[in-house]
Amino acid sequence: MKARVHITLKNGVLDPQGKAIEHALGNLGFDGVEGARQGKYIELDLAESDATKARENVEAMCKKLLANTVIENYSIELE
Amino acid sequence: MKSAVIVFPGSNCDRDMAVALEKITGVKPTMVWHGESDFEKVDFIALPGGFSYGDYLRCGAMSARSTVMKEVIKRAEAGVPVFGVCNGFQVLTETGLLPGALMRNAALKFVCKDITLKVENADSMFTSEYSQGQAITIPVAHHDGNYFADDETLNRISGEGQIAFSYSEDINGSQQQIAGVLNGKGNVLGMMPHPERMIEPALGGSDGRALFTSVMNALG
Repeated sequence: MKARVHITLKNGVLDPQGKAIEHALGNLGFDGVEGARQGKYIELDLAESDATKARENVEAMCKKLLANTVIENYSIELE
Repeated sequence: MKSAVIVFPGSNCDRDMAVALEKITGVKPTMVWHGESDFEKVDFIALPGGFSYGDYLRCGAMSARSTVMKEVIKRAEAGVPVFGVCNGFQVLTETGLLPGALMRNAALKFVCKDITLKVENADSMFTSEYSQGQAITIPVAHHDGNYFADDETLNRISGEGQIAFSYSEDINGSQQQIAGVLNGKGNVLGMMPHPERMIEPALGGSDGRALFTSVMNALG
């Protein structure tokens, strides 16, 4: 089973890298970009085949290591 | 005062810290590798600056979960003074021993210069040899020193005197220009500036020395 984890900065947390991306896009002539937020994407190959258990495990992984919940949110997709 | 310096793969200020500790305390510190699960009893534990684990995932994230940190956390919770500088501060926030998080500098630039710090709390075991509000000169060298905490946490730490040092100017986007933070019990301090690099005039100044002598005095 594959788990896809998206880690994004929480609302209200300043994202200087996202801001730089937004400005760079503007400089390249891409008008109309009203915001950019940079995050992380992590793919995990899991031995677990039970989706409920897999989600529980990945949830624990996010809390313990993959995301810093002081500043980041995470979302999990299983396949 | 017997001290230990924790060494992670990618630490690069561990020897500066060891030299400062030996010069000031007169006792050579024990260097403890990140893979150790236990080490001798010490009065003081220092987490040095550097780029441990190549800053993979987030600065300090891997180190905070390393074998040796389980023991460091246990001792910190038991009251042993733990001091993290730069990457060491990032490690301490990642363990949860200190509140908040350290993010990429707001201007996205690596900042490397001497800066003026204000002593915000001269009543802690790490700062008693300074005076309240004193301006001291200490170097910074970091890319990820932008201190963030939610409003509730900021109110709490500022009300409880947990802000130990602040920058006299905005150098990295840190909220309230916070440069160093104490835990609630006051036995854990993390700061981005490097006091271990300012311990004698030959290094450009000695304003960092009082931090170490404060701890020595507190320990008796």
